[in-house]
Amino acid sequence: MKRYSVFAIAREALRYHTGWERAWRSPDPKPAYDAIIIGAGGHGLATAYYLGKNHGITNVAILEKGWLGGGNSGRNTTIIRSNYLQDSSSAIFEKARSLYETMSQDLNYNVMFSPRGLLMLAQTHHEARGYKRTVHANRLQGVATEWISPQEVKKLVPIINIDGPRYPVLGAQYQARGGTARHDAVNWGYARACSDMGMDVIQNCEVTAIRSENGMVTGVETTRGAISCKKLGIVVAGHSGVLAEMAGFRLPIESMALQALVSEPIKPCIDVVVMANTVHGYISQSDKGELVIGGGTDGFNNYTQRGSFQHIEETLRALIETFPIISRVKMLRQWGGIVDMTGDRSPIISKTPLGNCFINCGWGTGGFKAIPGSGWAMAELVAKGEPGPLAAEFDMWRFKEGRFIDESVAAGVAH
Amino acid sequence: MLILECPYCGVKAEETELQPGGEAHLKRFGPGSSPEDFEAYMFARKNPKGVHFERWRHAYGCGKWFLAARCTATLEVFGTYPAQSPEPPADLVNKIKAKRPEWKGWK
Repeated sequence: MKRYSVFAIAREALRYHTGWERAWRSPDPKPAYDAIIIGAGGHGLATAYYLGKNHGITNVAILEKGWLGGGNSGRNTTIIRSNYLQDSSSAIFEKARSLYETMSQDLNYNVMFSPRGLLMLAQTHHEARGYKRTVHANRLQGVATEWISPQEVKKLVPIINIDGPRYPVLGAQYQARGGTARHDAVNWGYARACSDMGMDVIQNCEVTAIRSENGMVTGVETTRGAISCKKLGIVVAGHSGVLAEMAGFRLPIESMALQALVSEPIKPCIDVVVMANTVHGYISQSDKGELVIGGGTDGFNNYTQRGSFQHIEETLRALIETFPIISRVKMLRQWGGIVDMTGDRSPIISKTPLGNCFINCGWGTGGFKAIPGSGWAMAELVAKGEPGPLAAEFDMWRFKEGRFIDESVAAGVAH
Repeated sequence: MLILECPYCGVKAEETELQPGGEAHLKRFGPGSSPEDFEAYMFARKNPKGVHFERWRHAYGCGKWFLAARCTATLEVFGTYPAQSPEPPADLVNKIKAKRPEWKGWK
């Protein structure tokens, strides 16, 4: 792999840019691998990357039924934060956030990480108390967040209306090193690094069955033939239930559509991320000038990658009330992704009833921010067969034992 | 937009009138049951990509709970029936089987 650098740009400029190579190879599947990761989204690619980087396992295939990063990794609103209440959540999300800080250097790929600051508005007294509690918890966990007043919110976000009639802004939980990154670049950077380590990123290769013998996984059947493997990692977000059925177990997961939308590009007007969970909406501005907007999930099981109109309306209504200046901005695109919601709204990184088969799922509406931390923890689990400290609490048996990681209470809807 | 016919009041209700209630025909396990049964009742879900039986409430209409058969991959609605049904009515099951020969049945 040729490194990207200012010298590479100069060199290519002198020869009409004929020397750029493909970022990753596109090989045919081999008959066998040490490990197969199903799903070439951010989490799957990060898992493969850290399998190679941290554990020296590089005979790995990453199988993708569509194209690389075409699922939720390319559909999210690119927000990165780690201001969670529970210790186990903030540990893995803060690990992820800290890995984002150096990701461009680590991958030699510009992921445009922008720690521009993130505000979670408190618009009811209940919410204000909840966020203050989270700030105190974060202080004990070593995560830098603070509680700020409405006037400080106004200073950070001049276009905000802090004394709206229904839900005035009472303050906010502020994470100065939260922000955004370019989601496609995160996928592409990981894919390029995996390919460089000798791993096979295989697109248009849908897994149709999981083969096992004596309770141990032996391989997968795919649309491009059977492939055997010693270890299998399932990292497929919305379709986790479908893959779990192939592997012969059931998950505490329901798949639903979550929508996002972007506006036409406008001049810079908001340089932080603002989340308003009481009214169900969050917003940031991309480098192209588009307002990137997300809301809540539709409440019913759905695999269609599109959502219901009234949820967009609900989200926009809330944001126009909070940011009256955007009321006449036109929206350019709207889309949906299939999110896998668990019973306690926290992820699952776990061994499964099938031997040597591991699953990473349940990131629900907030997976993008966790990609590097999730891959780090999943790689450790796949490599060693036992979870490390980051993944230990996130096993799938916590639902039977009542050890919930209850973030639905802590983080509300925009998780 | 999703439109379900309420089996009680007969209104063709659109999504904003309805409240989703999750998977239907769950067998309830309460105090005294085994942890496995209780977990399955509380959390384990079929979550199929295809035919799904689910609970809905005609929240901004007659207010009653009812059940619906719907495809989660295409949003096609096969039919609705009263909440008191211990299992889907036979004619609805036959209708779905005719439309989806590959469907493995409701259990």
